[in-house]
Amino acid sequence: MQFGVFTIGDVKADPVSGRPSSEQARLRMMAAVATKAEEVGFDVFATGEHHNPPFVASSPTTLLAFIAARTRRIILSTSTTLITTNDPVKIAEDYAVLQHLANGRVDLMMGRGNTGPVYPWFGQDIRNGIPLAIENYALLRRLWREDVVDWQGEFRTPLQSFTSTPRPLDGVPPFVWHGSVRSQEIAEQAAYYGDGFFANHIFFPRRHFVGLVNLYRQRFEHYGHGAADQAIVGLGGQTFMRRRSQDAVRDYRPYFRSIPVYGGASLEDVTEQTPLTVGSPQQVIDKTLSFRETFGDYQRQLFNLDAGGLPEKTVMEQLDLFGEILPVLRREFDARRPAHVPDGPVHPALGSHGDAVVTERG
Amino acid sequence: MEPLRMVAVSAGLSDPSSTRLLADRLADAARRRLEGPERTVDVRVVELRELAVDIAHHLTRGYPSPALEEAIRAVTRADGLIAVTPIFNASYSGLFKSFFDLIEPNALAGTPVLIGATGGTARHSLALEHALRPLFAYLRAVVVPTAVFAATDDWGAAGDSHTEALPARITRAAGELADLMRARTAPRTPIHDSGDPADATAVVPFAELLATLGRRA
Repeated sequence: MQFGVFTIGDVKADPVSGRPSSEQARLRMMAAVATKAEEVGFDVFATGEHHNPPFVASSPTTLLAFIAARTRRIILSTSTTLITTNDPVKIAEDYAVLQHLANGRVDLMMGRGNTGPVYPWFGQDIRNGIPLAIENYALLRRLWREDVVDWQGEFRTPLQSFTSTPRPLDGVPPFVWHGSVRSQEIAEQAAYYGDGFFANHIFFPRRHFVGLVNLYRQRFEHYGHGAADQAIVGLGGQTFMRRRSQDAVRDYRPYFRSIPVYGGASLEDVTEQTPLTVGSPQQVIDKTLSFRETFGDYQRQLFNLDAGGLPEKTVMEQLDLFGEILPVLRREFDARRPAHVPDGPVHPALGSHGDAVVTERG
Repeated sequence: MEPLRMVAVSAGLSDPSSTRLLADRLADAARRRLEGPERTVDVRVVELRELAVDIAHHLTRGYPSPALEEAIRAVTRADGLIAVTPIFNASYSGLFKSFFDLIEPNALAGTPVLIGATGGTARHSLALEHALRPLFAYLRAVVVPTAVFAATDDWGAAGDSHTEALPARITRAAGELADLMRARTAPRTPIHDSGDPADATAVVPFAELLATLGRRA
């Protein structure tokens, strides 16, 4: 089981102190969160990709390379990489460079984005969202797996005798997850290739995602990558901890209110209906373990800890508390996971770190 | 024979409410026309007033509360729908529109719908034709020809040489709805998305998704 932190990179004034943040402060805080996450024992740091204010994470590989230089062990990932509006050739190149520099500590999560105007800003048509995700990813896979690519498609200029450089580290491309909140097509795509499927269920009721994850599992088996319970599943989570749960609720409420996607709902309703946990470390342990009961054994759990204008000091406290509970979570998840269910995907160059490597089939 | 499912949506704000009263009268009249030895009708009334906060949160959060989800399911699975709103500022109420904004565009395709409205005076009555009818036309529902408007006066008037009294209009409109519902005796084939992401029967195999790329150009 891999545990990680994922960030959306929102620049927000602290709603309690009123202290403004800045783009530079936020970017540096994201890097600080990543290094601290490694220090306290997390396995993964993932950044979102957004191309509009108030977000600063428009250039994920730049940020991740900076973090790679300051860390040793943590896997650098995305949540998500826009497979619809980025040129797949550039994704192939950028992440291959990162993979070499970070010694294989790289994987990616493909997504279609949630901001309509990004499509026209990057010269695409939002009505082609699914076809773009399918075609671009099919090309990306070839660029990483075939030395010389001749290619012609609908959305990009043709390629003749193109070699994407550098070639993936040791010939093994970064592992790919596909994130989606409602599209069967994306679950089907992940299953077809034997890639991972990530259900970022932090803003939605859990029941909403059970169907999609089960569909992915069934289709993963259908395509011969293994049994349904061996499919590679990742989940989102969001937490705020204090030693005493009443302190957590009191301290978190103003930040909760400053996260727009909660749309004015009450903290109590949202914690009941979604994975959000605001409480004591034990409550976070209990709720996180319950995800396994809902979705089956899974491979990666990412937590969002830094949205809504939380000051860096508070976020660091959150990471320290996670440092205390991660060994418990790891032990409990591993004890429950049957031997035939794979661990989280790790590049073979990191053999000493991970004990399982997801191999390519199909 | 399975009971027919009739759902009446009332956007009335008070309790008691004349909008709810009109919805009940329309539902009773349609039920009486449909029921017989061979057939029963389940009538369900959805009071949007009780769901107002849930509707607002669904709009801003993107997912429904369990109660609202259940109401939406009832509406989209209905064999016949009665939709009644007060007329505010020349159109349906914001609450009424907000609820129907949460219905997937295909989910009411082919569903027989009877539209009704209430207002202070009959001067508002054409809002039914200018606002409600196009809304349900957009959703590709089948709206019955008679729309029923009940002005405050109508509850105590007997009609005149130009207009039938309210009970006669209710009877006519309900009869039209009943005829359409009766004509739909075959089990309803969901032409819309099942809404269940786990529905593996609805999956388009990936090879087909890939193949469509070439054909689109």
